[in-house]
Amino acid sequence: MTTPTHTNVLPKAVLSARALCKSFGGIMATQSVDLDIFSGDRHALIGPNGAGKTTLINLLTGVLTPSSGKIELLGQDISNLAPHLRVQRGLVRTFQINQLFMSMTPFETLTFVVSKQRGLSSKWWSRLGQDKGVLERVQQLLEQFRLSDVAHQKAKYLSYGKQRLLEIAIALACEPKVLLLDEPVAGVPAGERDELLATVDQLPSDVSILLIEHDMDLVFSFAKQMTVLVNGGVLCSGEPKAIAKDERVKEVYLGHGAVRGVPHE
Amino acid sequence: MNSPWTVFDVMAHHKMKWWEYLGVAIALLSPWLFSSHAMMVNEIAITALFAVALDLILGYSGVVSLGHAAFFGWGAYSAGLFAKHFNNDPLVGLVFSVVSSGLLGFLCSFTILRGSDLTRLMVTLGVSLIGFELANRLSDLTGGADGLQGVLMGPVLGSFEFDLTGQVASIYSVSVVLLVMVLLRRLVHSPFGTTLMVIRDNRLRAMAIGISVSKSLMVVYCVSAAVAGLAGALLAQTTGFASLDVFSFERSADVMLMLVIGGVGWLYGGVIGAIVFKLIQDQLSSLTPQYWMFWIGLLLVILVLVGRERLLAPFKGGKP
Repeated sequence: MTTPTHTNVLPKAVLSARALCKSFGGIMATQSVDLDIFSGDRHALIGPNGAGKTTLINLLTGVLTPSSGKIELLGQDISNLAPHLRVQRGLVRTFQINQLFMSMTPFETLTFVVSKQRGLSSKWWSRLGQDKGVLERVQQLLEQFRLSDVAHQKAKYLSYGKQRLLEIAIALACEPKVLLLDEPVAGVPAGERDELLATVDQLPSDVSILLIEHDMDLVFSFAKQMTVLVNGGVLCSGEPKAIAKDERVKEVYLGHGAVRGVPHE
Repeated sequence: MNSPWTVFDVMAHHKMKWWEYLGVAIALLSPWLFSSHAMMVNEIAITALFAVALDLILGYSGVVSLGHAAFFGWGAYSAGLFAKHFNNDPLVGLVFSVVSSGLLGFLCSFTILRGSDLTRLMVTLGVSLIGFELANRLSDLTGGADGLQGVLMGPVLGSFEFDLTGQVASIYSVSVVLLVMVLLRRLVHSPFGTTLMVIRDNRLRAMAIGISVSKSLMVVYCVSAAVAGLAGALLAQTTGFASLDVFSFERSADVMLMLVIGGVGWLYGGVIGAIVFKLIQDQLSSLTPQYWMFWIGLLLVILVLVGRERLLAPFKGGKP
């Protein structure tokens, strides 16, 4: 794999996968995948349907255990760590299909997640939201994700775009080191799209992001690094420009003899 | 940034409302207000506590159970046996029952972590049937089908003897239930209470924000079992008797009906459900001893078809 910078000092990966394999019976869903996410990275993972993107995400987050290979987070082996413990160490994901707490408002949800993040979630004698620091952070998140107006509406009554924003806000409230964004703009109607794209664009730069996305406009405007997954294995990886010119990507990902070309910068 | 309003908001949200104070006042006075029906007050208080215990896992955490009488019965028999063989002080007995029911809850909590709702229904039902059969078979210890007799309780706090009218019993039960309700009210509004609701709403996401789902469910299952055991213990102590029906399937099913009547995921749902259920049972069974279940059934059908929200809407200012 190529390193993203050409300095003499090799930057240390925040999240890395080495020779990661997963087989379901005779099917190799993930084949010897190497992946490095560096600090502050904007890394896109693309690939046609069935390329194994979801399996890879499930391996990284701990929903599935790898058949072989190794995953390291901040230099520590997390290959066999339970999903919720990976989250506590800073590896957080969002979901392609919204996974919200529908009976709670964005305010309640974020107050809870921030309290949880600060180690208050097992407290049963204090009130939720008693801590001033928590409330300040919640206020900040509500504004950052343009949820202030709807802060006190139950999640099930929010528009799809707002739900999508809340989906990402929950993940960011976990104070991730690495954030896995699983198709953040999927299904968002045009009217709410810009708001979402702007918010994704303004995610804090110290959080490393791995973006899984089909929307090529977003991928090429957002990513500084790309990895192309085909048939469970890494086809190639590198900077978006290089990927855009890669003949194999055109052939495999965009289809044989693609005339559409790759989106311009 | 104007965070003060949010602080105020949150505080206002969790503050005791006027009707909560009113409810507490009525409950506290009920042994005197309804002194001629003191045993009824006692029974309602105990049943309400049992319903709230079930709501902790069913309404707040989304764990279904058709056999919560297992813990109620366990609490009742352990209180009865403890009083008979070791110490007949009511409060010491309560502590013993709570601890032993909580331990049983801990053991049983492993059975509800895996599987679907259907498996949980079957497993919880199974546990309560095991309890029933144990109490039936170990007749040397439990009195078998005749029930555990000869439980003579000492005076409450060393000075208040349980009397025949049941007034002391009802004061004792109502006080204990209110105390526990205060603790539980605190619990459901705390971050831990919210953890439970988060797990109920979306278990997948709960895990994805770093919550140990199994651990939280085990804790609440223990708490729920302990509270159910406490309710059972109160029944055995105030009636001086424990019979097999404390373990019965009907008890588990009735308490679920109460939650359906009063509303799940709401601390007072169980209380309201218990009051309505017991009063209807009392009234109807004196009118039509054989057919009172018919009317309960009809009420449930109406509740489900019309919806509680719409039935109660006039009293809630029309807010859905």
